[in-house]
Amino acid sequence: MRYNLFPVGDQAVLIEVGTEISPAAEKIVNRIIARLEELKPAWLIEYIPAYTTVTVVYSVKGFNEKNPYDFVCTCIRELLENMNEVSVREQRVVKIPVLYGDDHGSDIDFVAAHNGLTREEVICIHTSGEYTVHMIGFAPGFPFIGGMSEKIAAPRRETPRLQIPSRTVGIAGLQTGVYPIESPGGWQLIGRTPLELFLPNTDPPSLLTAGDRIRFYEITLEQYKEMRGGVE
Amino acid sequence: MITVMKPGLQDTIQDAGRTGYQKFGVVVGGAMDPFSHRVANFLVGNEGQEATVEMSLVGPRLLFEQDAVISICGGNLQPKIAGVPVPAWKPVFIRKGSELAFGAAVAGSRAYLAIAGGIDVPVVMNSRSTYVKAKIGGLEGRALRKGDVLPIANSTGIPASIKQRLKTQEASFRAPDWQIATTLLPNLSNRYVIRVMRGRQYDLFDEQSQNDFWNKSFTVSSLSDRMGYRINGPSLTLKKQTEMISEAVTYGSIQVPADGNPIILAADRQTTGGYPKIGQISSINFTKLAQAKAGDQLTFNEVTITESQKLMAIQEKNLKELRAAILTKFR
Repeated sequence: MRYNLFPVGDQAVLIEVGTEISPAAEKIVNRIIARLEELKPAWLIEYIPAYTTVTVVYSVKGFNEKNPYDFVCTCIRELLENMNEVSVREQRVVKIPVLYGDDHGSDIDFVAAHNGLTREEVICIHTSGEYTVHMIGFAPGFPFIGGMSEKIAAPRRETPRLQIPSRTVGIAGLQTGVYPIESPGGWQLIGRTPLELFLPNTDPPSLLTAGDRIRFYEITLEQYKEMRGGVE
Repeated sequence: MITVMKPGLQDTIQDAGRTGYQKFGVVVGGAMDPFSHRVANFLVGNEGQEATVEMSLVGPRLLFEQDAVISICGGNLQPKIAGVPVPAWKPVFIRKGSELAFGAAVAGSRAYLAIAGGIDVPVVMNSRSTYVKAKIGGLEGRALRKGDVLPIANSTGIPASIKQRLKTQEASFRAPDWQIATTLLPNLSNRYVIRVMRGRQYDLFDEQSQNDFWNKSFTVSSLSDRMGYRINGPSLTLKKQTEMISEAVTYGSIQVPADGNPIILAADRQTTGGYPKIGQISSINFTKLAQAKAGDQLTFNEVTITESQKLMAIQEKNLKELRAAILTKFR
């Protein structure tokens, strides 16, 4: 296995396993995570997986090494050896209901017009795709999702919105995703899901994790309301 | 219990941070100035990671509904009780019914109010830290408001003896006559020299930008908050524009977006970022960043990781000794 180690400040080491987003890099990232979870080294505070990297945050307080960075790098090299035996978690398929259009996805007509489609065609294409969660980052529970059809790709808004409601489904370029919490953003909004993606009181606090497969499906306003259970 | 009579500009409950959940995109948060937060806790006999009130630029007015031992560390936000200045960097006994009023910052920008026992708000994902954007931690996941009531955890042992030592018949507050060695205290100013390590994408910047980064000064913009500081100075540009793959960022990552103005990420930073990082602030200088306010000047001095970690080890040793010395005072 080929990898490079880089410092990210004085309390983290980044393991780079590739320089391009690829299924191969994703697989190695998942194996490294599995290995870290299995071994749980004492100096490890936490790790942050991304497309082609895993960054480990370490504690400088814990050990009396003269050079903690070199020490941790040596530990990581040892840890990454014999990685083949590590089993990786099975992929789940998570189905995400979406109420498309109108107030819940006010840019759907823009996305349709931009691609010379009808609103129904946009929904049909968006719900027929098979997506993969590449990483969770940027915001609590925010999934970076790959696999959207270029037939419904649309540019970001020229002026970002200051407030996008939580659980809004959007499109930006070739990406699609869901804002777990209310935030500003420039994505084109096409719908809203009744599902919470950020679950602060459950373990884990995120509906999705890297590696999950996703399918979107359309629901009606009545179904949406029912799934929210009267909570807005 | 403490009642908020009047909130400050942005008072939030903060502890040592919410670690372990960055893989789910959950920010670490925690005290912006970890040094002042920890020392404030030490001074009231706490372990160091207990929840404190972090206030920025303008502090609140707080009514103590019970006797308490407090300490105030960090920037000088002019704390007063009944018009009398309250000394910082010391334990202070405060009598039930007294009102602690902060003003505007005259030095630095953030202060920490620690209370013996710590502020007892619910723990969310291993932490009491307020993360306003996700509405979690602290008090209902938001900044303090008028009428809020802060519960105080029961303190035992040391804090009780501090209270006994300092309690008098009359005065609404009392502090001991000793104080922390001034050499340990942060130097608050309008110009900060900050130690920085090269960032992972340092080599992608052109030579002019690399030179400017180390040799020119940057002004803290008013668009700065717990998430990050925008700083203005010479425009920093890449040798050639490249599209980066998002990767982890940390407290102190100095990112440079396409407009050339750096953003220094702070406690409430997002977990990942897609902009090139020219530098990484040395952990022991988070205090300087946290205390810098809009208009202050920052200059960057290069250090290696080894040097930076040596300084961390020294600071850790100093803090351990400080805690031991404080405990001796109350034995």
